Amino acid sequence: MAFLIKFKALYTMLHRVSDMARLAAAFAAAWLAIVAGTAFAAPADDLKEAQKLYGQGKLEPALEKDEAYLKAEPRDPQGRFLKGLILTEQKKTQEAIQVFQGLTEDFPELPEPYNNLAVLYASQGNYEKAKSALELAIHTHPTYATAHENLGDIYAELASRAYDRALQLDKNNTTAKVKLAMVKDLFSAQKLATRAQSVGPGPSSGTEAPKGEAAKPAPAKAQAPSAGAELPAAKSGTQARSEPQRTAQVTAAPRKATAAPKPQSSGADANAQVAAAVAEWARAWSAKDVKGYLAHYAPDFELPKGTTREAWEKQRAERIERPKSIDVQAKIISARVDGDEAIVKIRQSYRSDSLKSHSTKTLRLEKSGERWLIKQERIGG
Amino acid sequence: MRRDRLRAGARLGARLAVVAFALSATALADGSLVPAGSGPAFANQVEAALVRSIVDLRGAALKSALDQIDKVLAARPNFRLAQLVKGDILMAQAGRPVAFASNALPAADLAPLQDEARARLRRYLDAPPVDELPEALLQLAKDQPYALLVDTSRSRLYVYANDLGTPRYVTDFYISLGKYGIDKEREGDQKTPIGVYTVVAEKEKVPDFYGPRAFPISYPNDWDRLHGRKGHGIWLHGTPSATYSRPPWATDGCVVLANDDLARLAKYVDVSRTPVVIGQSVRWRDRRAWEADRESFLAAFDGWRKDWESRDTGRYLSHYSSRFRSESGDLPAWKARKREVNAGKSWIKVGIQDLSLFAYPGAKGIVMATFVQDYRSSNLSNRTVKRQYWIREGGEWRILHESVVS
Repeated sequence: MAFLIKFKALYTMLHRVSDMARLAAAFAAAWLAIVAGTAFAAPADDLKEAQKLYGQGKLEPALEKDEAYLKAEPRDPQGRFLKGLILTEQKKTQEAIQVFQGLTEDFPELPEPYNNLAVLYASQGNYEKAKSALELAIHTHPTYATAHENLGDIYAELASRAYDRALQLDKNNTTAKVKLAMVKDLFSAQKLATRAQSVGPGPSSGTEAPKGEAAKPAPAKAQAPSAGAELPAAKSGTQARSEPQRTAQVTAAPRKATAAPKPQSSGADANAQVAAAVAEWARAWSAKDVKGYLAHYAPDFELPKGTTREAWEKQRAERIERPKSIDVQAKIISARVDGDEAIVKIRQSYRSDSLKSHSTKTLRLEKSGERWLIKQERIGG
Repeated sequence: MRRDRLRAGARLGARLAVVAFALSATALADGSLVPAGSGPAFANQVEAALVRSIVDLRGAALKSALDQIDKVLAARPNFRLAQLVKGDILMAQAGRPVAFASNALPAADLAPLQDEARARLRRYLDAPPVDELPEALLQLAKDQPYALLVDTSRSRLYVYANDLGTPRYVTDFYISLGKYGIDKEREGDQKTPIGVYTVVAEKEKVPDFYGPRAFPISYPNDWDRLHGRKGHGIWLHGTPSATYSRPPWATDGCVVLANDDLARLAKYVDVSRTPVVIGQSVRWRDRRAWEADRESFLAAFDGWRKDWESRDTGRYLSHYSSRFRSESGDLPAWKARKREVNAGKSWIKVGIQDLSLFAYPGAKGIVMATFVQDYRSSNLSNRTVKRQYWIREGGEWRILHESVVS
């Protein structure tokens, strides 16, 4: 969607403002003549036809014409670029990547193939590669607005993933892929740059061309937050919050929406359930009910190092079955329920015919359906 | 939704990106992030790179910040704070700088990570003064090649070597401590004890939660028992495999290190010998002041020994505080017995070996002295390990508590 808008803007701008289009085309032609030598000789008709067909959405015939053109001019960047676009729309992503990749190798000074390569990588969820490609596009043309916007999207996506990892929220695989803006016109960056230079800032309002220009008055603002945003540095009193430059729109955005919503069963209720689960666990143990006892442990219960679930269950069973009698009292010292998770500290008094022991234990329980199961059990307090 | 918001922000900021890029190359580090002096380097390269990355980010040197943090994450992908810093760097690159993920993530989840960043940065900005000596380590005994010193206010554990009794800085590590802070009193209070302890064991087969190994320490010690402090199971240990490091205040009272740091620390630990001194904030003294402290105490200590040898029981007893509690608890009876015992001897020799002295953390004007006492007299000789707690009363050092350890 984003690309449609951008592309339309670009397209209409190039055609409506005919002076400019002619100027730009002239520049592009001159430039291309240098790059591709005799590219604009006779077979150029095939290319024009291919571009027209592509514009009408007739992908198959467009590709045929383009291939014919490329037979005569195999190195020609325009023809290859168009081929990349057609393959992209045909969802032949891998082939399209090869075409744009080839263009970046043969014409490393052109930013558009890098941009489109990045779009394709991003569509595959390969953001690191997309990022590198966009950085190269910007390296060749520092004022290339589309690449900047795309790169901004990629950075934000990568940032979001890093933040998720910081809080160990693993949901990367389930989110939608970032959709970036494909560039449909080779030399778009050059055209815009020329126009901006030769025409000046005057009549350009409403197009995306002046992005590079518009950025100029901003340096003071852009600099402020990175140098001045409070990091949690030396003075611990102040919190790292102030961000002078954040826009009202972003600040106002509701923040709870993404904070891993945990279903809050009513506090007292959940506490009672957890307490009941712990009591039931101690009861099953006391009753030497091995099956009942083991049923209190979650399938992903954290096992002691170097043991398997099977070995652990066997060992538990032996220890529970061996004594003639067992009495386990679990007195809850503290319990904290947070959504589907609970941390319970207990004072455990164990007595069998052969052993008596007291210990403090920490149980981590997780709600699974209607039951609270033990995920972790450790000694200490 | 958050993703969209971040992205929307990025779009708004896209026009700024051009400028941010240009700036990153030339901007200099902010003055406030320049360390006070040239302290010792980080023992842990992962931590060093993390801190450099934060400093670079603050100085808007984004490229270098990202290089550093990528290096960190390549080595330790489960380093949560590093992931957070990476997010901030990328947002800055997207043209919308964010300080510590604020507004992108819930504040309650972020606070612990911000605390960790603060603690680690503080080590960079305010490094330990290696030419000064920690007040608490007044003298190490021959059989204590190293001592561990914990500064709970800085979330740091320092290793000191024993140079003929004088401590010498070796290295230091970031640590996590009890969720509810310090001054452990009760079982289950999830606080870290303050005091002088010894590593009493090494456990190698521990659940993943504790990392590769654990070193239980001697909490509660005799001083804790005198003060009615209870609980058990205070260990030095590592982190679960899912997390490279834990926030500063996160444990059940244990002292927790990253697993690579724990491996480094293990070289300095000698079971049943290595002292672990846990204090609220380490006070460093210049060498002369530190030596004066030690001399003043040693003079009093030697006075006690000599007066005992003199068999002048009055002088001997003058070294004991009026608040002295003998093991039986009855001070007059204890004094009377001392008089009687000393009177029945024609000579006494008291030899002191392996003396260690610690200015006791969390208790003002208290020194813990542990030593081998070689006692010989006309009718009785023995060799015991003794521990005394001395208190400074109006300029004089006096014995407050005394017990035989073994």
